[in-house]
Amino acid sequence: MGIIMENRLTNFILSIADTTLILAQRNAEWCGHGPILEQDIAITNISLDLLGQSRNFYQYAAQIIGNNATEDSLAYLRTEREFKNLLLVEQPNGDWGQTILRQYLFSQYQYLLFEQLQNNADEQLAAICTKALKEIKYHVRWSSEWVVRLGDGTAESKERMLNAIDELWSYTGEMFIPAEYEKEMGIDFNALQNNWSAKVKALFTEATLSVPENIYMQSGGKQGIHTEHLGLILTELQYVQRAYPNSQW
Amino acid sequence: MNIKITKYYYGDIPEEKSAGSTYQSAQDATTWPLWEIFIRSKQGLDHKHVGSLHAADAAMAMENARDVYTRRQEGVSIWVVESKYITASNPEEAGELYEPAVDKIYRHPTFYILPDEVNYM
Amino acid sequence: MSIQNFEQHFQAQIDNEIKIEPKDWMPEAYRKTNIRQISQHAHSEIVGMLPEGNWISRAPSLKRKAILIAKAQDEAGHGLYLYSAAETLGMSRDEMIADLHSGKAKYSSIFNYPTLSWADVGAIGWLVDGAAIMNQVMLTRTSYGPYARAMVRICKEESFHQRQGFESLLVLSKGTAEQKAMCQDAINRWWWPSLMMFGPKDTESTNSDQSMKWKIKRKTNDELRQNFVDMIAEQIKVLGMKLPDNKLNWNEQRKHYDFGEINWDEFWAVVKGNGPCNKQRLAARRKAHEEGRWVREAAMAYTEKKKSKSSLEAA
Repeated sequence: MGIIMENRLTNFILSIADTTLILAQRNAEWCGHGPILEQDIAITNISLDLLGQSRNFYQYAAQIIGNNATEDSLAYLRTEREFKNLLLVEQPNGDWGQTILRQYLFSQYQYLLFEQLQNNADEQLAAICTKALKEIKYHVRWSSEWVVRLGDGTAESKERMLNAIDELWSYTGEMFIPAEYEKEMGIDFNALQNNWSAKVKALFTEATLSVPENIYMQSGGKQGIHTEHLGLILTELQYVQRAYPNSQW
Repeated sequence: MNIKITKYYYGDIPEEKSAGSTYQSAQDATTWPLWEIFIRSKQGLDHKHVGSLHAADAAMAMENARDVYTRRQEGVSIWVVESKYITASNPEEAGELYEPAVDKIYRHPTFYILPDEVNYM
Repeated sequence: MSIQNFEQHFQAQIDNEIKIEPKDWMPEAYRKTNIRQISQHAHSEIVGMLPEGNWISRAPSLKRKAILIAKAQDEAGHGLYLYSAAETLGMSRDEMIADLHSGKAKYSSIFNYPTLSWADVGAIGWLVDGAAIMNQVMLTRTSYGPYARAMVRICKEESFHQRQGFESLLVLSKGTAEQKAMCQDAINRWWWPSLMMFGPKDTESTNSDQSMKWKIKRKTNDELRQNFVDMIAEQIKVLGMKLPDNKLNWNEQRKHYDFGEINWDEFWAVVKGNGPCNKQRLAARRKAHEEGRWVREAAMAYTEKKKSKSSLEAA
């Protein structure tokens, strides 16, 4: 593998690792604070799934990078500008509606993306994605049901869902704009976007919600240009490692 | 019956020592019904009652059951049924329901003594 | 049967180690004691998620983060099993939660102490879960069937909690000087509160003890506490740390460790709501419940809508 190709692959893997880690971190904020015990457990489960996925990707990236890199050095010692996660997943939890909508928008995208990646030329990447697909399928199912319940629940829940869409929609565009390192990964971004849009539209219709049109899309996450939220997330996430460098935990 | 319990244990802290007051919560539109959960731990075994949980509908009850009762691969199949649909026998009728079976030992295979040659019947 | 006969029959069942099941006749006081104890136990699991949850976002490695999330999630599950068991006695979970939020129902006071460093997470696993397990193992044989079954399930899952706590401290104890200091400091702060978890001394009351007679409890507070001290006093040697009690000594005659006096004023102060985090813990639980109201309501509204739609279609 050429050095450029290798860099691209590493960056691509890191971008998925970062995205899944940050969403796991966000979802875990609900642990102990969910709207009802059963759902506290459910969202925590999804957090654990995503954390597990991120570890698989970091470990693979560390293996390619070599040079004593580990999953922890990659997650804990890279800066805000080096993180390549999607802007969508770093957005605050907001209320339960915003959290489950963010989960749905991401999981639906992740499912379609990984469906493509399970046939990727890079076998290890393909294997990690294949393994994750079962989990993601469940995340899509769980979050879809919640979108419908809240969209078509009470007047209040509908209003909250409309607010959540308003809050999050502008962060969905960058999912389909390939970053430099994604261009040679064999991903059909057009198909990804079309399939995603069709799925979201169908679900929103069932939920008596509508898909916003002509929204200006934010981007930059994949290139390390983030919203202000990420810096604060990393401040917490990385605190112990940075306060006590070179220690075993 | 005059029993005064005056000794307290871990997990059993006396209410009279507590600071707050009582308020009554009514069952309202936010209360999710109770569901009973049955899990088949592996193919070939019966579904077994494992406990209950609250859910707004059957799909949610199923997912909750998966999250709550099969976190450690305890099951391959789940049944959920809303608790109110279960009819239970009354323990006070246990006598008439179950005792008549006690003297019908001829229902049990060990009642019949067969020659040794007839194995595994 | 007269009431006396019912009572005799009930006590005979218990004496013969036959479990009491939800629909069986039981004295009202037995029902109430069980509801109180099981629901307080459930509340303890739920409130207990908060001090540890405080470190989920800051866990020092991805592995530790995963373990901590899984553990806190287990505790939510344990709370759920226990609320289920208590509900079989005729009190709804909503009512139990209302009692928790009003301050009427209690939870284990240990969770009103703050978690101030990463080592606290390990100390909670080792000491707090360790103390809880002594109690929980005993409770797998409690006389009320649903409670006993919930405890069996919980004990199976708990076994990893204490081990991960100890292992996490073990790593610190072999680490840098700062890590060792962090480890000792956490043990210093959590040791006495974990001894308090077993409740007041046996000698505090001379009245006959109904909970023992009914086999809700099968060992006294002091017995359990002594077992715990004996266990921890040995394990701490492996860590190379010290327990903050200069009266701690092996007593060859008793074949047990002697230990110093617990500060009972502190114990009752925390029970009564004056611990460092009482207000914060209850506020967090109330907030979660209040902010979840619209979610629970919308889910029910959606279910009702779907039901009436399908009955229309059927008609």
